[in-house]
Amino acid sequence: MGVHPQLNKNGELQHLLTTEGLPAVILRHILDTAESFTGVTERDVKKIPLLRGKSVFNLFFEPSTRTRTTFEIAAKRLSADVINLNMAVSSQTKGETLLDTVDNLSAMHADMFIVRHNQSGAAHLIARHVRPEIHVINAGDGWHAHPTQALLDMFTIRRYKQDFHALRVAIIGDILHSRVARSQIHALTTLGVPEIRVIAPKTLLPAKVERLGVHVYHNMVQGLQDVDVLMMLRLQHERMESAHLPSTEEYFKYYGLTPEKLALARSDAIVMHPGPMNRGVEIDSEVADGTQSVILPQVNFGIAVRMAVMSILAGN
Amino acid sequence: MHIHIRNGRLIDPGSGMDRTDDLYLAEGKIVSIGSRPDGFHDDREIEAGGMIVCPGLVDLSARLREPGLEYMATLESELEAAVAGGVTSLACPPDTDPPLDEPGLVEMLKHRARNLDQARVYPVGALTQGLKGARLTEMVELHDAGCVAFSQVDAPIANLHVLMRAMQYAATFGFKVWLRPQDIHLANHGVAHEGEIATRLGLPAIPVCAETIALASILSLMKETGASVHLCRISSAEGTALVRAAKRQGLPLTCDVSINHVHLTDMDIGFFDANCHLMPPLRSLADRDALCVGLMDGTIDAICSDHAPVDEDAKSLPFAQAESGATGLELLLPLTLKWAVENRLSLPEALARITFHPARILGIETGQLAIGAVADLCIFDPDANWVVSHTELRSQGKNTPFLGMELYGRTRFTLIGGRIVYG
Repeated sequence: MGVHPQLNKNGELQHLLTTEGLPAVILRHILDTAESFTGVTERDVKKIPLLRGKSVFNLFFEPSTRTRTTFEIAAKRLSADVINLNMAVSSQTKGETLLDTVDNLSAMHADMFIVRHNQSGAAHLIARHVRPEIHVINAGDGWHAHPTQALLDMFTIRRYKQDFHALRVAIIGDILHSRVARSQIHALTTLGVPEIRVIAPKTLLPAKVERLGVHVYHNMVQGLQDVDVLMMLRLQHERMESAHLPSTEEYFKYYGLTPEKLALARSDAIVMHPGPMNRGVEIDSEVADGTQSVILPQVNFGIAVRMAVMSILAGN
Repeated sequence: MHIHIRNGRLIDPGSGMDRTDDLYLAEGKIVSIGSRPDGFHDDREIEAGGMIVCPGLVDLSARLREPGLEYMATLESELEAAVAGGVTSLACPPDTDPPLDEPGLVEMLKHRARNLDQARVYPVGALTQGLKGARLTEMVELHDAGCVAFSQVDAPIANLHVLMRAMQYAATFGFKVWLRPQDIHLANHGVAHEGEIATRLGLPAIPVCAETIALASILSLMKETGASVHLCRISSAEGTALVRAAKRQGLPLTCDVSINHVHLTDMDIGFFDANCHLMPPLRSLADRDALCVGLMDGTIDAICSDHAPVDEDAKSLPFAQAESGATGLELLLPLTLKWAVENRLSLPEALARITFHPARILGIETGQLAIGAVADLCIFDPDANWVVSHTELRSQGKNTPFLGMELYGRTRFTLIGGRIVYG
């Protein structure tokens, strides 16, 4: 291979596939650009013509409401033509291969693919395959990466905490199966966060996770001590079927974020969640709806961040 | 046909012979080394100056994809690839469609291979019907049809009671059982070594204990049943250590490793390179180094190509969904030479692991270069360099992690039973 998977030969962003290995300067540029778009999203319905005449294909091989919708809104605010394809019920079930599907859509003059797939590496595969003028944005691939989610999380943290270099961040929950956690860890590391913690039972941590540069905790009482940012993860119900956990009740008791546990963190700590939330499983409603929660602003920032990514890609 | 091979560097790994001399073949056998036998007239002379003349390669794992998987490869394409790679004998595992679990299928395969008259094909029969791990196959019938051993390939038996009975039954008749040690539940549909790389890439992982626990079970069952076992494609440092200890105890155990695992690690997966989706998974650097040590100290007896041609479509999928395996028949020789150079192993020692040792494991007479031996030979130019590419590979499978790599060592002639089948 040898070719960088997401940068072009000038070192600019060609695709957005992962936050791993993404230079800090590009990361900050995306956040700064997103900052300039927040006005647009708040001013409502004012469109910017940056993607006028461009076709953005939402290629979702896995069901999603929130991510797909925010991408769609972001593309429309940039004046792009958006085509939504729910691949979970489309040609894939008729036996067409992933790359055949991509070829057919490329022939319809796609300029950008937003890809969500349940297999790690799906977005890389597509990015390697498409013509050089097409851009690919990974909207979540298997357990591997969800870079725009991580970027909107970074945007949120920057809004509330300013300096990344003075933060203690804890990521709590099912790290093993989480593309969000992986992308958050790489983004936080690149932006200079000195201490990243992961808190989970051993069954929900991938092997050698400490090699990603995180401190491992199995206990919320110790793990939440003096933390500035709490990033909760969604717990899938199928983890009970696969012997990762005994029950949601026991999980909530030890790893669910309650007001008591939140009190262990710094008093000005913020609570984040990528959604959709399982209230009473990984997070107590009192915390989710409480004053330290920034979960709803996260969703709103998601639009600006996705506008930023799309406009930067279209300009490169 | 009388063939006179002139001036080649003759290497017989079995005896350690390594000298430049002439070789005389007649009636399919080696009749003289050095001096021309009385009345020997050259029907054909091969000038082998600067080349190495060694026994033809014996590959313990080469999938030919027949019957049933002809869209991936055919006997024609793969046996042509074999002789182009200097491979004169190969064992083909039973993971065809249907699996080699009844005598008719084996006879058909043998018959087809005989008609093509290329490399010698030694089918390995399925240990259980349909490779399902429940009912035993008719091993005696399969043996009579031509199976040299019995195996589950990549479908390990989950029920240890069944495995014990299968080993007992095979041992009754003195049949060898070939097993790749992997616990099916611990492997849990994983596709990569459990470690930092799988963690970064978010790939379902297979822990080392999937190999060592299965290995410990097999070793205990060997003691229980008296079966002799050949371990296929070991992948880990800990597994190698278990094999070393078991051999010291005197268990009738042999072991091979795939040439891919001798060179590569999980880091080679890079950004989801599906050509590195192999079974067992490529493991860590420490595992690979331990495999090399095991190969050098004799813990691991042989290197196989683990040849698995896969069609382009089946590889053009996200990593976990892509079909596992790599084409290897034409790479076994140059990659073994590369390994020998990197580990400062002499040529006779290195070649032993792809000729003499695997021939002993298969229980066949080839794999040596001696007077009276069958003239299955590989004549190669050790200094000829070539780049692995779609066009260079004769195998129908172009899938290999080594695409684009420059390798040294190219087969010039391959002889089977004293007949030139390549060159």
